[in-house]
Amino acid sequence: MNLYVPILTIGAIGFGFAAFSIVAAAVTGPKRYNRAKLDAYECGIEPSPQAAGGGRFPIKYFLTAMLFIVFDIEIVFLYPWAVSFDQMGLFGLVEMLLFIGTVFVAYAYVWRRGGLEWD
Amino acid sequence: MSEVQQLLGNDPGWLTLVKALIVFVFAVLMTLMSIWGERRIVARMQMRLGPNRTGPFGLVQGLADGVKLALKEDIIPKAADAVVFVLAPIIAATTCFMSFAVIPMTGKVKLFGHETTMQLTDLPVGVLYILSIASIGVYGIVLAGWSSGSTYPLLGGLRSSAQVISYEVAMGLSLVAVFLYAGSMSTSDIIDAQNKIWYAIVLFPSFVIYVISMVGETNRAPFDLAEAEGELVGGFHTEYSSLKFALFFLAEYVNIITVSALATTLFLGGYHALPGLTFTESWLGGYFTFFWFLAKVLAFLFFFIWLRGTLPRLRYDQFMKFGWKVLIPASLVWIMLVSTLRVFSLQGTSRAYVLGFVVGAILLGLGASSIYDKTKKRKAGEVAALVYDAPDFAVPQLPMSVSTFVVPSAAASKESASE
Repeated sequence: MNLYVPILTIGAIGFGFAAFSIVAAAVTGPKRYNRAKLDAYECGIEPSPQAAGGGRFPIKYFLTAMLFIVFDIEIVFLYPWAVSFDQMGLFGLVEMLLFIGTVFVAYAYVWRRGGLEWD
Repeated sequence: MSEVQQLLGNDPGWLTLVKALIVFVFAVLMTLMSIWGERRIVARMQMRLGPNRTGPFGLVQGLADGVKLALKEDIIPKAADAVVFVLAPIIAATTCFMSFAVIPMTGKVKLFGHETTMQLTDLPVGVLYILSIASIGVYGIVLAGWSSGSTYPLLGGLRSSAQVISYEVAMGLSLVAVFLYAGSMSTSDIIDAQNKIWYAIVLFPSFVIYVISMVGETNRAPFDLAEAEGELVGGFHTEYSSLKFALFFLAEYVNIITVSALATTLFLGGYHALPGLTFTESWLGGYFTFFWFLAKVLAFLFFFIWLRGTLPRLRYDQFMKFGWKVLIPASLVWIMLVSTLRVFSLQGTSRAYVLGFVVGAILLGLGASSIYDKTKKRKAGEVAALVYDAPDFAVPQLPMSVSTFVVPSAAASKESASE
Protein backbone atom coordinates (compact mmCIF):
# COMPACT_ATOMS: atom_id res chain seq x y z
CA MET A 1 0.00 0.00 0.00
CA ASN A 2 1.12 3.52 -0.60
CA LEU A 3 3.33 4.81 2.22
CA TYR A 4 1.46 8.09 2.39
CA VAL A 5 -1.97 6.60 3.07
CA PRO A 6 -1.29 5.94 6.80
CA ILE A 7 -0.50 9.64 7.23
CA LEU A 8 -3.92 10.53 5.89
CA THR A 9 -5.42 7.91 8.21
CA ILE A 10 -3.89 9.35 11.37
CA GLY A 11 -4.65 12.85 10.11
CA ALA A 12 -8.28 11.90 9.68
CA ILE A 13 -8.39 10.38 13.18
CA GLY A 14 -6.83 13.51 14.68
CA PHE A 15 -9.17 15.78 12.76
CA GLY A 16 -12.18 13.68 13.72
CA PHE A 17 -11.19 13.80 17.36
CA ALA A 18 -10.69 17.57 17.30
CA ALA A 19 -13.96 18.21 15.46
CA PHE A 20 -15.81 15.87 17.81
CA SER A 21 -14.39 17.67 20.86
CA ILE A 22 -15.45 21.05 19.56
CA VAL A 23 -18.98 19.88 18.81
CA ALA A 24 -19.17 18.04 22.13
CA ALA A 25 -18.04 21.11 24.05
CA ALA A 26 -20.86 23.12 22.50
CA VAL A 27 -23.35 20.49 23.70
CA THR A 28 -22.06 19.62 27.17
CA GLY A 29 -21.12 23.04 28.53
CA PRO A 30 -23.53 25.49 30.14
CA LYS A 31 -24.71 28.46 28.10
CA ARG A 32 -25.12 31.50 30.30
CA TYR A 33 -23.67 34.23 28.17
CA ASN A 34 -23.54 37.86 29.12
CA ARG A 35 -21.85 40.91 27.67
CA ALA A 36 -18.82 40.77 29.94
CA LYS A 37 -18.11 37.16 29.02
CA LEU A 38 -18.12 37.91 25.30
CA ASP A 39 -15.78 40.88 25.66
CA ALA A 40 -12.08 40.54 24.97
CA TYR A 41 -10.11 39.73 28.10
CA GLU A 42 -8.05 42.59 29.43
CA CYS A 43 -7.54 41.78 33.08
CA GLY A 44 -10.89 43.22 34.10
CA ILE A 45 -10.65 46.72 32.64
CA GLU A 46 -12.86 47.90 29.79
CA PRO A 47 -11.32 46.26 26.71
CA SER A 48 -9.78 48.53 24.12
CA PRO A 49 -11.98 48.63 21.01
CA GLN A 50 -9.28 47.11 18.83
CA ALA A 51 -6.35 44.85 19.46
CA ALA A 52 -2.96 46.47 19.98
CA GLY A 53 -2.29 49.16 17.34
CA GLY A 54 -5.49 48.33 15.48
CA GLY A 55 -4.32 44.78 14.92
CA ARG A 56 -0.98 45.87 13.53
CA PHE A 57 2.18 44.53 15.09
CA PRO A 58 5.88 45.44 15.22
CA ILE A 59 7.84 45.14 11.98
CA LYS A 60 10.41 43.06 13.87
CA TYR A 61 8.25 39.99 13.43
CA PHE A 62 8.33 40.36 9.65
CA LEU A 63 12.10 40.60 9.80
CA THR A 64 12.29 37.41 11.84
CA ALA A 65 9.96 35.67 9.41
CA MET A 66 12.10 36.70 6.43
CA LEU A 67 15.30 35.60 8.11
CA PHE A 68 13.56 32.33 8.87
CA ILE A 69 12.79 31.87 5.18
CA VAL A 70 16.42 32.53 4.24
CA PHE A 71 17.70 29.96 6.69
CA ASP A 72 14.93 27.48 5.98
CA ILE A 73 15.88 27.53 2.31
CA GLU A 74 19.47 26.98 3.32
CA ILE A 75 18.29 23.95 5.30
CA VAL A 76 16.28 22.69 2.34
CA PHE A 77 19.49 22.75 0.29
CA LEU A 78 21.53 21.21 3.08
CA TYR A 79 19.32 18.13 3.58
CA PRO A 80 19.65 16.45 0.17
CA TRP A 81 23.31 17.44 0.15
CA ALA A 82 23.80 15.70 3.51
CA VAL A 83 21.94 12.57 2.40
CA SER A 84 24.02 12.08 -0.74
CA PHE A 85 27.22 13.50 0.73
CA ASP A 86 29.23 10.28 0.41
CA GLN A 87 28.70 10.13 -3.36
CA MET A 88 29.89 13.69 -3.92
CA GLY A 89 32.90 13.76 -1.61
CA LEU A 90 35.25 16.71 -1.80
CA PHE A 91 33.39 18.40 -4.64
CA GLY A 92 30.17 18.51 -2.63
CA LEU A 93 32.00 19.80 0.39
CA VAL A 94 33.62 22.72 -1.46
CA GLU A 95 30.37 23.67 -3.17
CA MET A 96 28.48 23.65 0.12
CA LEU A 97 31.18 25.62 1.92
CA LEU A 98 30.84 28.30 -0.78
CA PHE A 99 27.06 28.33 -0.34
CA ILE A 100 27.17 28.47 3.46
CA GLY A 101 29.82 31.19 3.18
CA THR A 102 27.56 33.27 0.93
CA VAL A 103 24.62 32.99 3.29
CA PHE A 104 26.97 33.74 6.16
CA VAL A 105 27.88 37.09 4.58
CA ALA A 106 24.20 38.04 4.56
CA TYR A 107 23.90 36.80 8.13
CA ALA A 108 26.89 38.87 9.26
CA TYR A 109 25.38 41.93 7.54
CA VAL A 110 22.05 41.48 9.30
CA TRP A 111 23.80 40.99 12.62
CA ARG A 112 25.96 44.11 12.09
CA ARG A 113 22.95 46.25 11.11
CA GLY A 114 21.16 45.22 14.27
CA GLY A 115 18.61 43.01 12.58
CA LEU A 116 18.94 40.41 15.30
CA GLU A 117 18.46 42.82 18.21
CA TRP A 118 15.28 42.77 20.24
CA ASP A 119 14.63 45.55 22.72
CA MET B 1 13.10 0.91 -0.85
CA SER B 2 14.45 -0.21 2.45
CA GLU B 3 13.33 -3.34 4.28
CA VAL B 4 11.07 -1.51 6.71
CA GLN B 5 9.44 0.45 3.92
CA GLN B 6 8.63 -2.78 2.08
CA LEU B 7 7.32 -4.33 5.29
CA LEU B 8 5.08 -1.36 5.99
CA GLY B 9 4.06 -1.15 2.36
CA ASN B 10 2.64 -4.66 2.72
CA ASP B 11 0.35 -3.69 5.61
CA PRO B 12 -3.26 -4.30 4.67
CA GLY B 13 -5.69 -1.42 5.09
CA TRP B 14 -7.28 -2.67 8.32
CA LEU B 15 -3.86 -3.07 9.93
CA THR B 16 -2.98 0.51 9.05
CA LEU B 17 -6.20 1.63 10.69
CA VAL B 18 -5.47 -0.43 13.82
CA LYS B 19 -1.96 0.96 14.05
CA ALA B 20 -3.19 4.51 13.50
CA LEU B 21 -5.62 4.02 16.37
CA ILE B 22 -2.83 2.60 18.55
CA VAL B 23 -0.62 5.61 17.80
CA PHE B 24 -3.50 7.97 18.56
CA VAL B 25 -4.33 6.24 21.86
CA PHE B 26 -0.66 6.11 22.79
CA ALA B 27 -0.28 9.85 22.21
CA VAL B 28 -3.41 10.72 24.20
CA LEU B 29 -2.51 8.36 27.06
CA MET B 30 1.02 9.70 27.20
CA THR B 31 -0.38 13.22 27.35
CA LEU B 32 -2.68 12.41 30.26
CA MET B 33 0.10 10.57 32.09
CA SER B 34 2.71 13.24 31.45
CA ILE B 35 0.39 15.96 32.76
CA TRP B 36 0.03 13.92 35.93
CA GLY B 37 3.73 13.11 36.02
CA GLU B 38 4.70 16.72 35.49
CA ARG B 39 2.50 17.98 38.28
CA ARG B 40 3.71 15.29 40.67
CA ILE B 41 7.39 15.70 39.88
CA VAL B 42 7.34 19.50 39.91
CA ALA B 43 5.48 19.28 43.20
CA ARG B 44 8.22 17.05 44.62
CA MET B 45 10.83 19.51 43.43
CA GLN B 46 8.96 22.30 45.21
CA MET B 47 8.45 20.18 48.36
CA ARG B 48 4.72 19.79 47.81
CA LEU B 49 2.68 16.63 47.24
CA GLY B 50 0.93 17.43 43.98
CA PRO B 51 -2.39 15.91 42.87
CA ASN B 52 -2.91 12.66 44.82
CA ARG B 53 -6.67 12.43 45.35
CA THR B 54 -8.18 11.40 42.00
CA GLY B 55 -7.61 7.68 41.68
CA PRO B 56 -4.56 5.80 42.94
CA PHE B 57 -1.69 8.32 43.35
CA GLY B 58 -3.90 10.83 41.53
CA LEU B 59 -3.32 8.95 38.28
CA VAL B 60 -6.59 9.95 36.63
CA GLN B 61 -6.05 13.65 37.36
CA GLY B 62 -5.43 14.39 33.68
CA LEU B 63 -8.65 12.67 32.64
CA ALA B 64 -10.60 14.45 35.39
CA ASP B 65 -9.25 17.79 34.18
CA GLY B 66 -10.35 16.91 30.65
CA VAL B 67 -13.87 16.09 31.80
CA LYS B 68 -13.96 19.29 33.82
CA LEU B 69 -12.98 21.32 30.76
CA ALA B 70 -15.68 19.60 28.70
CA LEU B 71 -18.29 20.79 31.19
CA LYS B 72 -17.16 24.42 31.01
CA GLU B 73 -18.84 27.13 29.02
CA ASP B 74 -17.65 27.36 25.43
CA ILE B 75 -17.13 31.05 24.66
CA ILE B 76 -16.41 32.67 21.31
CA PRO B 77 -15.69 36.34 22.04
CA LYS B 78 -17.66 38.98 20.20
CA ALA B 79 -14.56 40.46 18.55
CA ALA B 80 -13.30 37.07 17.36
CA ASP B 81 -13.31 35.82 13.79
CA ALA B 82 -15.53 32.84 14.53
CA VAL B 83 -14.50 30.51 11.67
CA VAL B 84 -10.75 30.90 12.17
CA PHE B 85 -11.24 30.87 15.92
CA VAL B 86 -12.72 27.37 15.69
CA LEU B 87 -10.33 26.21 12.98
CA ALA B 88 -7.13 27.06 14.89
CA PRO B 89 -7.40 24.39 17.63
CA ILE B 90 -8.36 21.82 14.98
CA ILE B 91 -5.20 22.59 13.00
CA ALA B 92 -3.07 22.39 16.14
CA ALA B 93 -4.57 19.07 17.26
CA THR B 94 -4.55 17.42 13.83
CA THR B 95 -0.95 18.25 12.99
CA CYS B 96 0.40 17.14 16.35
CA PHE B 97 -0.92 13.62 15.79
CA MET B 98 0.23 13.53 12.18
CA SER B 99 3.85 14.19 13.03
CA PHE B 100 3.91 11.08 15.21
CA ALA B 101 3.26 8.83 12.20
CA VAL B 102 6.88 8.21 11.21
CA ILE B 103 8.27 7.49 14.69
CA PRO B 104 9.39 3.84 14.98
CA MET B 105 8.27 2.49 18.33
CA THR B 106 9.32 -1.17 18.10
CA GLY B 107 11.43 -3.44 15.94
CA LYS B 108 9.86 -6.25 13.93
CA VAL B 109 6.79 -7.68 15.70
CA LYS B 110 3.73 -9.76 14.85
CA LEU B 111 0.42 -7.94 15.08
CA PHE B 112 -2.65 -10.14 14.45
CA GLY B 113 -0.47 -12.61 12.56
CA HIS B 114 1.10 -9.97 10.29
CA GLU B 115 4.76 -9.21 10.47
CA THR B 116 5.17 -5.47 10.78
CA THR B 117 6.76 -2.80 12.97
CA MET B 118 4.97 -0.43 15.32
CA GLN B 119 5.54 2.47 13.04
CA LEU B 120 2.68 3.87 11.06
CA THR B 121 4.68 4.58 7.96
CA ASP B 122 8.27 5.06 6.92
CA LEU B 123 8.93 7.78 4.39
CA PRO B 124 12.27 8.27 2.65
CA VAL B 125 11.98 11.87 3.85
CA GLY B 126 10.61 11.02 7.30
CA VAL B 127 12.37 13.68 9.37
CA LEU B 128 11.72 16.39 6.79
CA TYR B 129 8.06 15.37 6.98
CA ILE B 130 8.04 15.87 10.76
CA LEU B 131 9.61 19.31 10.41
CA SER B 132 7.12 20.35 7.75
CA ILE B 133 4.15 19.19 9.80
CA ALA B 134 5.55 21.05 12.80
CA SER B 135 5.65 24.17 10.60
CA ILE B 136 1.99 23.71 9.74
CA GLY B 137 1.32 23.44 13.47
CA VAL B 138 2.56 27.01 13.81
CA TYR B 139 -0.50 28.10 11.81
CA GLY B 140 -2.64 26.88 14.70
CA ILE B 141 -0.81 29.22 17.05
CA VAL B 142 -0.69 32.29 14.83
CA LEU B 143 -4.32 31.95 13.67
CA ALA B 144 -5.51 31.45 17.24
CA GLY B 145 -3.72 34.61 18.31
CA TRP B 146 -4.96 36.66 15.40
CA SER B 147 -8.55 35.47 15.33
CA SER B 148 -9.18 36.18 19.02
CA GLY B 149 -9.44 39.91 18.26
CA SER B 150 -7.82 40.74 21.55
CA THR B 151 -4.52 42.31 22.53
CA TYR B 152 -2.85 39.63 24.61
CA PRO B 153 -3.54 36.68 22.30
CA LEU B 154 -2.31 38.67 19.30
CA LEU B 155 1.01 39.51 20.95
CA GLY B 156 1.29 36.04 22.48
CA GLY B 157 0.61 34.35 19.15
CA LEU B 158 3.20 36.48 17.38
CA ARG B 159 5.75 35.82 20.06
CA SER B 160 5.05 32.10 19.99
CA SER B 161 5.32 31.80 16.25
CA ALA B 162 8.48 33.93 16.06
CA GLN B 163 9.94 31.76 18.77
CA VAL B 164 8.96 28.48 17.15
CA ILE B 165 10.28 29.41 13.71
CA SER B 166 13.54 30.79 15.14
CA TYR B 167 14.28 27.60 16.99
CA GLU B 168 13.10 25.50 14.08
CA VAL B 169 16.06 26.84 12.10
CA ALA B 170 18.48 25.76 14.83
CA MET B 171 16.72 22.41 15.08
CA GLY B 172 16.82 21.86 11.33
CA LEU B 173 20.52 22.71 11.19
CA SER B 174 21.35 20.37 14.06
CA LEU B 175 19.86 17.45 12.12
CA VAL B 176 22.09 17.92 9.06
CA ALA B 177 25.02 16.14 10.72
CA VAL B 178 22.78 13.16 11.47
CA PHE B 179 21.70 12.86 7.83
CA LEU B 180 25.30 13.23 6.80
CA TYR B 181 26.35 10.21 8.83
CA ALA B 182 23.24 8.11 8.25
CA GLY B 183 23.00 8.90 4.54
CA SER B 184 19.22 8.94 4.79
CA MET B 185 16.31 10.96 6.13
CA SER B 186 14.15 7.96 6.92
CA THR B 187 13.70 7.38 10.64
CA SER B 188 14.17 3.61 10.47
CA ASP B 189 17.36 3.93 8.40
CA ILE B 190 18.76 6.38 10.91
CA ILE B 191 18.08 3.94 13.74
CA ASP B 192 19.78 1.13 11.79
CA ALA B 193 22.78 3.36 11.20
CA GLN B 194 23.20 3.72 14.96
CA ASN B 195 23.68 0.01 15.59
CA LYS B 196 27.36 0.49 16.37
CA ILE B 197 27.26 3.68 18.37
CA TRP B 198 24.62 6.29 19.18
CA TYR B 199 24.76 9.62 17.40
CA ALA B 200 24.38 11.34 20.76
CA ILE B 201 28.01 10.34 21.34
CA VAL B 202 29.46 10.71 17.84
CA LEU B 203 27.64 13.98 17.11
CA PHE B 204 27.48 15.34 20.62
CA PRO B 205 27.29 19.06 19.64
CA SER B 206 24.36 18.30 17.33
CA PHE B 207 22.64 16.50 20.16
CA VAL B 208 23.09 19.44 22.53
CA ILE B 209 21.81 21.93 19.95
CA TYR B 210 18.83 19.71 19.17
CA VAL B 211 17.91 19.30 22.83
CA ILE B 212 18.06 23.06 23.46
CA SER B 213 16.09 23.91 20.34
CA MET B 214 13.44 21.28 21.02
CA VAL B 215 12.70 23.00 24.32
CA GLY B 216 12.44 26.34 22.49
CA GLU B 217 10.35 24.80 19.73
CA THR B 218 7.73 23.44 22.12
CA ASN B 219 7.42 26.67 24.13
CA ARG B 220 8.45 25.01 27.36
CA ALA B 221 10.19 26.43 30.41
CA PRO B 222 12.67 28.13 30.51
CA PHE B 223 11.57 29.26 27.03
CA ASP B 224 7.83 29.55 27.80
CA LEU B 225 7.76 33.27 27.00
CA ALA B 226 4.53 33.02 25.11
CA GLU B 227 2.73 32.23 28.32
CA ALA B 228 4.55 34.72 30.50
CA GLU B 229 1.69 35.29 32.91
CA GLY B 230 3.04 38.60 34.17
CA GLU B 231 2.98 40.21 30.72
CA LEU B 232 0.76 38.25 28.35
CA VAL B 233 -1.78 36.40 30.51
CA GLY B 234 -2.10 33.01 28.77
CA GLY B 235 -0.50 33.89 25.45
CA PHE B 236 -2.25 32.90 22.24
CA HIS B 237 -4.95 30.84 23.98
CA THR B 238 -6.10 33.52 26.43
CA GLU B 239 -9.57 33.74 24.87
CA TYR B 240 -10.05 29.99 24.56
CA SER B 241 -12.14 28.03 26.99
CA SER B 242 -13.64 24.58 27.33
CA LEU B 243 -12.46 21.78 25.02
CA LYS B 244 -10.93 24.21 22.51
CA PHE B 245 -8.44 25.14 25.19
CA ALA B 246 -7.99 21.44 25.97
CA LEU B 247 -7.08 20.80 22.32
CA PHE B 248 -4.26 23.35 22.51
CA PHE B 249 -3.09 21.78 25.72
CA LEU B 250 -3.19 18.35 24.11
CA ALA B 251 -1.30 19.61 21.07
CA GLU B 252 1.40 21.11 23.25
CA TYR B 253 1.97 17.88 25.13
CA VAL B 254 1.82 15.66 22.05
CA ASN B 255 4.42 17.95 20.48
CA ILE B 256 6.64 17.51 23.52
CA ILE B 257 6.28 13.74 23.21
CA THR B 258 6.99 13.90 19.48
CA VAL B 259 10.19 15.91 19.82
CA SER B 260 11.31 13.59 22.62
CA ALA B 261 10.58 10.57 20.43
CA LEU B 262 12.44 12.21 17.55
CA ALA B 263 15.43 12.86 19.81
CA THR B 264 15.30 9.22 20.85
CA THR B 265 15.15 8.11 17.23
CA LEU B 266 17.87 10.35 15.88
CA PHE B 267 20.37 10.36 18.71
CA LEU B 268 19.72 7.54 21.18
CA GLY B 269 19.27 4.57 18.88
CA GLY B 270 15.47 4.56 18.96
CA TYR B 271 13.86 1.32 20.09
CA HIS B 272 17.19 -0.50 20.40
CA ALA B 273 18.34 -1.63 23.83
CA LEU B 274 21.14 -0.01 25.75
CA PRO B 275 24.54 -1.32 24.65
CA GLY B 276 25.21 -4.70 26.26
CA LEU B 277 21.51 -5.53 26.69
CA THR B 278 20.71 -6.33 23.06
CA PHE B 279 19.52 -9.85 24.03
CA THR B 280 16.40 -8.26 25.56
CA GLU B 281 15.22 -7.09 22.14
CA SER B 282 13.78 -10.51 21.23
CA TRP B 283 11.72 -10.81 24.44
CA LEU B 284 7.93 -10.86 24.13
CA GLY B 285 8.23 -11.53 20.41
CA GLY B 286 10.04 -8.25 19.83
CA TYR B 287 7.54 -6.16 21.78
CA PHE B 288 10.11 -5.58 24.51
CA THR B 289 11.80 -3.03 22.23
CA PHE B 290 8.82 -0.81 22.98
CA PHE B 291 10.00 -0.73 26.59
CA TRP B 292 13.34 0.72 25.52
CA PHE B 293 11.65 3.29 23.30
CA LEU B 294 9.35 4.29 26.14
CA ALA B 295 12.21 4.45 28.65
CA LYS B 296 14.18 6.83 26.46
CA VAL B 297 11.17 9.04 25.73
CA LEU B 298 10.30 9.17 29.41
CA ALA B 299 13.88 10.19 30.18
CA PHE B 300 13.43 13.16 27.85
CA LEU B 301 10.06 14.00 29.37
CA PHE B 302 11.64 13.96 32.80
CA PHE B 303 14.32 16.27 31.47
CA PHE B 304 11.60 18.71 30.31
CA ILE B 305 9.98 18.63 33.75
CA TRP B 306 13.32 18.97 35.47
CA LEU B 307 14.09 22.09 33.43
CA ARG B 308 10.75 23.55 34.39
CA GLY B 309 11.42 22.87 38.05
CA THR B 310 14.89 24.36 37.92
CA LEU B 311 15.25 27.31 35.57
CA PRO B 312 13.59 30.74 35.62
CA ARG B 313 12.07 32.09 32.42
CA LEU B 314 14.31 33.98 30.01
CA ARG B 315 13.65 37.47 28.76
CA TYR B 316 12.43 37.59 25.15
CA ASP B 317 15.46 39.46 23.82
CA GLN B 318 17.83 37.07 25.60
CA PHE B 319 15.95 34.16 24.14
CA MET B 320 16.02 35.43 20.56
CA LYS B 321 19.64 36.47 20.91
CA PHE B 322 20.56 33.00 22.08
CA GLY B 323 18.74 31.38 19.18
CA TRP B 324 19.99 33.61 16.38
CA LYS B 325 23.45 34.54 17.61
CA VAL B 326 24.59 31.37 19.35
CA LEU B 327 22.70 28.28 18.23
CA ILE B 328 22.53 29.03 14.48
CA PRO B 329 26.17 30.04 13.91
CA ALA B 330 27.31 27.23 16.21
CA SER B 331 25.40 24.65 14.18
CA LEU B 332 26.65 26.08 10.88
CA VAL B 333 30.25 25.87 12.04
CA TRP B 334 29.65 22.37 13.37
CA ILE B 335 28.17 21.25 10.04
CA MET B 336 31.23 22.51 8.18
CA LEU B 337 33.53 20.79 10.67
CA VAL B 338 31.69 17.49 10.51
CA SER B 339 31.47 17.43 6.73
CA THR B 340 35.17 18.19 6.39
CA LEU B 341 36.01 15.37 8.79
CA ARG B 342 33.71 13.10 6.83
CA VAL B 343 35.57 13.89 3.59
CA PHE B 344 38.85 13.11 5.34
CA SER B 345 37.56 9.73 6.45
CA LEU B 346 36.11 8.99 2.99
CA GLN B 347 39.40 9.76 1.28
CA GLY B 348 41.44 7.92 3.89
CA THR B 349 43.51 10.96 4.85
CA SER B 350 46.27 10.10 7.32
CA ARG B 351 45.66 10.53 11.04
CA ALA B 352 48.21 13.34 11.28
CA TYR B 353 46.30 15.55 8.84
CA VAL B 354 42.99 14.94 10.60
CA LEU B 355 44.54 15.64 13.97
CA GLY B 356 46.14 18.79 12.58
CA PHE B 357 42.78 19.94 11.20
CA VAL B 358 40.97 19.31 14.49
CA VAL B 359 43.65 21.08 16.53
CA GLY B 360 43.60 23.98 14.05
CA ALA B 361 39.81 24.25 14.30
CA ILE B 362 39.94 24.23 18.10
CA LEU B 363 42.65 26.92 18.09
CA LEU B 364 40.57 29.04 15.68
CA GLY B 365 37.57 28.66 17.97
CA LEU B 366 39.59 29.68 21.01
CA GLY B 367 41.03 32.65 19.13
CA ALA B 368 37.56 33.80 18.06
CA SER B 369 36.22 33.51 21.60
CA SER B 370 39.16 35.46 23.05
CA ILE B 371 38.63 38.24 20.48
CA TYR B 372 34.96 38.25 21.44
CA ASP B 373 35.85 38.52 25.12
CA LYS B 374 38.23 41.39 24.41
CA THR B 375 35.64 43.41 22.50
CA LYS B 376 33.18 42.73 25.29
CA LYS B 377 35.65 44.02 27.87
CA ARG B 378 36.44 47.05 25.73
CA LYS B 379 32.73 47.85 25.44
CA ALA B 380 32.31 47.43 29.20
CA GLY B 381 35.27 49.78 29.66
CA GLU B 382 33.64 52.37 27.39
CA VAL B 383 30.46 52.18 29.42
CA ALA B 384 32.42 52.50 32.66
CA ALA B 385 34.21 55.59 31.28
CA LEU B 386 30.80 57.26 30.84
CA VAL B 387 30.47 57.70 34.63
CA TYR B 388 31.70 61.20 35.39
CA ASP B 389 33.96 62.21 38.21
CA ALA B 390 32.52 64.52 40.80
CA PRO B 391 32.93 68.15 39.66
CA ASP B 392 35.00 70.45 41.83
CA PHE B 393 32.31 73.16 41.94
CA ALA B 394 29.26 73.18 44.17
CA VAL B 395 26.26 71.30 42.85
CA PRO B 396 22.82 72.41 44.08
CA GLN B 397 20.69 69.61 45.51
CA LEU B 398 17.41 69.04 43.71
CA PRO B 399 14.54 67.72 45.76
CA MET B 400 14.40 63.89 45.67
CA SER B 401 17.48 63.74 43.47
CA VAL B 402 19.62 60.62 43.61
CA SER B 403 23.22 61.61 43.15
CA THR B 404 25.28 59.52 40.79
CA PHE B 405 28.46 61.29 41.83
CA VAL B 406 30.98 59.68 44.10
CA VAL B 407 30.27 60.71 47.65
CA PRO B 408 33.36 62.28 49.28
CA SER B 409 34.62 60.19 52.16
CA ALA B 410 33.14 60.84 55.61
CA ALA B 411 36.44 62.10 57.04
CA ALA B 412 36.82 64.70 54.29
CA SER B 413 33.26 66.00 54.76
CA LYS B 414 33.76 66.26 58.54
CA GLU B 415 36.91 68.28 57.97
CA SER B 416 35.11 70.72 55.71
CA ALA B 417 32.28 71.02 58.26
CA SER B 418 34.64 71.90 61.10
CA GLU B 419 36.34 74.57 59.03
